[in-house]
Amino acid sequence: MGGTTDMAVSLAHYLTVSAILLVLGIFGIFLNRKNVIVILMSVELILLAVNLNLVAFSASLGDLTGQVFTMFILTVAAAEAAIGLAIVVIYFRNRGTIEVEDISTLKG
Amino acid sequence: MIAALSFYAFAAVLIASAVMVVASRNPVHSVLFLILAFFNAAALFLLAGAEFLAMILVIVYVGAVAVLFLFVVMMLDIDFVQLREGFQRYAPVGAIIGGILLLELLMVLSVSRLAPDAPPLLSPTPTGVTNAEAIGRILYTDYIYLFQASGLILLVAMIGAIVLTLRERPGTRRQNIAEQVARSGSVNLRSVPTGAGLKEIGILRPPSPEEEAPKQVEHHGGHH
Repeated sequence: MGGTTDMAVSLAHYLTVSAILLVLGIFGIFLNRKNVIVILMSVELILLAVNLNLVAFSASLGDLTGQVFTMFILTVAAAEAAIGLAIVVIYFRNRGTIEVEDISTLKG
Repeated sequence: MIAALSFYAFAAVLIASAVMVVASRNPVHSVLFLILAFFNAAALFLLAGAEFLAMILVIVYVGAVAVLFLFVVMMLDIDFVQLREGFQRYAPVGAIIGGILLLELLMVLSVSRLAPDAPPLLSPTPTGVTNAEAIGRILYTDYIYLFQASGLILLVAMIGAIVLTLRERPGTRRQNIAEQVARSGSVNLRSVPTGAGLKEIGILRPPSPEEEAPKQVEHHGGHH
């Protein structure tokens, strides 16, 4: 995996770190089945792993497209966090709890 | 050498804080560890040469998203102990699925390589300009439509969050601008002798028409 530019650390290191980060995010979703806020934080971790992958490939290939797309992913992640937390707030206001298992009672 | 050592240090702290995000008992600690993870990810971005994205990550994630999480966690009155139920029940399933996923990813990583006949680069990194300027050059030219679309996404998210969380509470007082503008008859000009107080010349504010009795507030001294 020879990079075209001189990175201080090889691409494989970055990919390993981001793979571990992705798995931790998915593990967090399974682990905190009841707490929506921690699930949202796990989604943020997963998106961070994606961003790390894109930046590592961008630096390794010397191609700036990956960094531009990282910016777009940051935008979408910020929008997703804002909407998700707004939904959590109004759900808590209506039901007094944020347990995920109760949310299955919302049927359309 | 220093770069490699700092990479390992930042990556170790990043992974450790990610573990603490998902495993912490208190969601406030989870948010704080999430902030630490973002800082370390920004350091990794810096090591990869993406200075602009590192700063954006600190500003957007730490300054906006993580603080938003912190607000929500502290605002909601949640029984966190109750939310920890089922922790042990779901941990094995999550560990199995996560382990399988990690193994798959590492297997892919160990055998993957860049194709030698890969197509040429879309936007090679220009030399001699800063990272921010290089990103700006292609962001506002080649990716202008995506840039506008992301602005639209942010607008929709902002309006959506406001519409979702706005509520009319009964009993709150607010300014009724239409009533103020439409008011007539009670506003007029008078010539007032210099130095005379309002009470001496008999000008008193008329009570507003549907004034309900304000809540009695106890006065403690002063204000005679």
